[in-house]
Amino acid sequence: MGWQRRVLRVDLTAGTSAVEPLNMEWANAYLGERGLASKYLMESMDPKVDALSPENALIFATGPLTGTMASTSGRYAVVTKGPLTGAIACSNSGGKFGAELKFAGYDLLIVHGRSERPVYLHIADDEVVIADAAPVWGTSCWNTEEWLKAHHQDPLLKVASIGVAGESLVRYACVVNDLHRAAGRSGVGAVMGSKQLKAVAVRGTKGVTVEDPKRFMSAVAQTKAKLWDDPGRRGLEKYGTNAMIDNMHGFGGLPTRNSQQVQFEGTTKINARAMRATGEDGHRNLVTNKACFGCTIACGRIAKINPTHFTIVNRKEYRHASGGLEYETAFAFGAECGIDDIDALTFANFIMNEQGMDPISFGGTLAAAMELYEMGVITDADTDGVPLEFGNAEALTIMAEKTGRFEGFGRVLGLGSKRLAEKYGRPEVSITIKGQEIPGYDARALQGMGLGYATSPRGACHMKHDVFEEDMDDVSGNGKAKPCKDSQDRIAAVDSTGLCWFTTSAWGLEEFAVQVDAACEGEWTAARLTEVGERTFNLERRFNLAAGLTSADDTLPKRFLRTPAPSGTAEGKVNELSVMLPAYYRERGWTSDGVPTNETLSRLRV
Amino acid sequence: MHKALLIDPHKCTSCMQCELACSFEHTGAFNPARSRIKIFEFEHGARSIPYTCTQCEEAWCLHACPVEAITVNLATGAKEVDANVCVGCKVCTIACPFGTINYSADTGKVVKCDLCGGNPQCAEACPTGAITYVDASWTGLARMQASAVAAHGQPGA
Repeated sequence: MGWQRRVLRVDLTAGTSAVEPLNMEWANAYLGERGLASKYLMESMDPKVDALSPENALIFATGPLTGTMASTSGRYAVVTKGPLTGAIACSNSGGKFGAELKFAGYDLLIVHGRSERPVYLHIADDEVVIADAAPVWGTSCWNTEEWLKAHHQDPLLKVASIGVAGESLVRYACVVNDLHRAAGRSGVGAVMGSKQLKAVAVRGTKGVTVEDPKRFMSAVAQTKAKLWDDPGRRGLEKYGTNAMIDNMHGFGGLPTRNSQQVQFEGTTKINARAMRATGEDGHRNLVTNKACFGCTIACGRIAKINPTHFTIVNRKEYRHASGGLEYETAFAFGAECGIDDIDALTFANFIMNEQGMDPISFGGTLAAAMELYEMGVITDADTDGVPLEFGNAEALTIMAEKTGRFEGFGRVLGLGSKRLAEKYGRPEVSITIKGQEIPGYDARALQGMGLGYATSPRGACHMKHDVFEEDMDDVSGNGKAKPCKDSQDRIAAVDSTGLCWFTTSAWGLEEFAVQVDAACEGEWTAARLTEVGERTFNLERRFNLAAGLTSADDTLPKRFLRTPAPSGTAEGKVNELSVMLPAYYRERGWTSDGVPTNETLSRLRV
Repeated sequence: MHKALLIDPHKCTSCMQCELACSFEHTGAFNPARSRIKIFEFEHGARSIPYTCTQCEEAWCLHACPVEAITVNLATGAKEVDANVCVGCKVCTIACPFGTINYSADTGKVVKCDLCGGNPQCAEACPTGAITYVDASWTGLARMQASAVAAHGQPGA
């Protein structure tokens, strides 16, 4: 109950699929989604193999609460070895695909090998077919989803697919489901492309049951009411995640122009209020908000580009509404590239969803290329004649399309910031950790965030820890190690339930525990969830150490460690990682080299 | 006094909690494939519309049924299918102009909204008020009130 107790394993090299029972010993230790998929990944492949080789495994994982009545039950995770970082990649997504996979009767879908020709997977409950993807290979995620629904005469089909970017092994290609939700980070879409797997199309009619329905519905009603009344939730519903950009600009933590600055003067033109404002011509960027499956928050943005804007004035195919700006997109395309044109940002965001690319990594890579262009290292001869100056909105939209179609300079941008900067002999220009581009928080202003970046298993990431309040209270490295460690464990637990991290403004682990406990067999307390989280985090660490990463990779770009913040709350300061990291390793029960001690591993039964 | 489901698509976020609640009430499992209320998305996800049986007064399904498996619940006004009587002939599914009564291959019977005996779980579950259960004779009341408020607020009105 909660779990479907079934795993679907597909071998694309052999062209076979088989169902196996869920390993309940692992499910009891790692719960589901992120934790359970990490365990299965560790047991299904050698962490040393190349991420884009057939030997890598690609796991789509639901949690025990995915597809249930619990608020935000639409989450699934894609777990694999990431081609951007060489580390374990875990990207989760909402929309409706994850719940549908669960309804078809599977907790996990594990894909091995590599098909000789492009294929897609069609799953209708117990019927699993590896089908020819030739009609959609070379086309976008949007076209693929439309074609699959028409081809199978099934408008209720749920689709997760890659675009041309994923096919072309763009290092930060993502898996897009339901048109504009994505397992976005770390290049999980490139792994799918390397396997020649264009899409997974699912239709499930089996449903999900829970252990104690009466207690579960009571727990769901109570937690849902608490979430509904939460001011954080109300803010997300009305303004979306982009409410954050004003805070970060004001605080001086908004990475701007490839993190050379920490405040962006164009913020008011691309913030949540700008999205909601109706212009003199009657156009409004934001059309409505939208929920993922089972969600009581509904933070998703649905937006339209101004029809008179240069990007679409002659292109009717982009005039419809689609996924709008999140904070991370507004930061990555806006502040980090110095661009304040909200329609250009929205257009580039559409292209990210259409061709399946991570906007954070694309924006970070373009920003690095812009800095190199302004340094004179890259010239018009490299960029197909497009002047890559900071603030050039047209350059953003052209390069988004070129990268999405893997053409011209887009092929270089598709390498990601680290490989691009190395190619031009200027590695210091890449603002990445473990090869992954930073999200929208400057590590000098938000010190604990920096520690989280350095120690996140998938490289620079804002979704694996939460030291936000401590960071706003104190711009120093003092006292950040423990809250960073504790929040990493807490979030790893949340990521293993099948629910969304955005509930945590209203819920603590207690609220997750009462729902998991009623849905699943056994006793599930907040303490046990914390243990699942810590166990998962240590397992991810073991994967990365086995893959060849060391404590030397737990670092930050020199810009955060050596160059003082030019303005804002942290003016004159650098990140104090050297103070935080040893304290963090101690909190974790890891050696001074960042290796979990035998004592820690046996305590957690990793 | 009968009550009716009132649907306001402008408030729908497409969260599917109505479908989860409906399927749970009727099957004991969370299973949108077995829900009697469905959400349809339009305009690339910009609009979402929940749709279910309107409980017609002169119900096509009821009149079409050759074995009188569909009867009126006098307490709620709902047209209910008696699964013990239904023979799965599907004539009602042809008769219904709205498509809101459907054959279930799992059970060999037809299923439709029964207003959950007077406590519709879709309305209970809807977080935004897109689905409410109101006086059947005054489904326009909220909109009428909103119009009155708008008119009152206009200059000179």
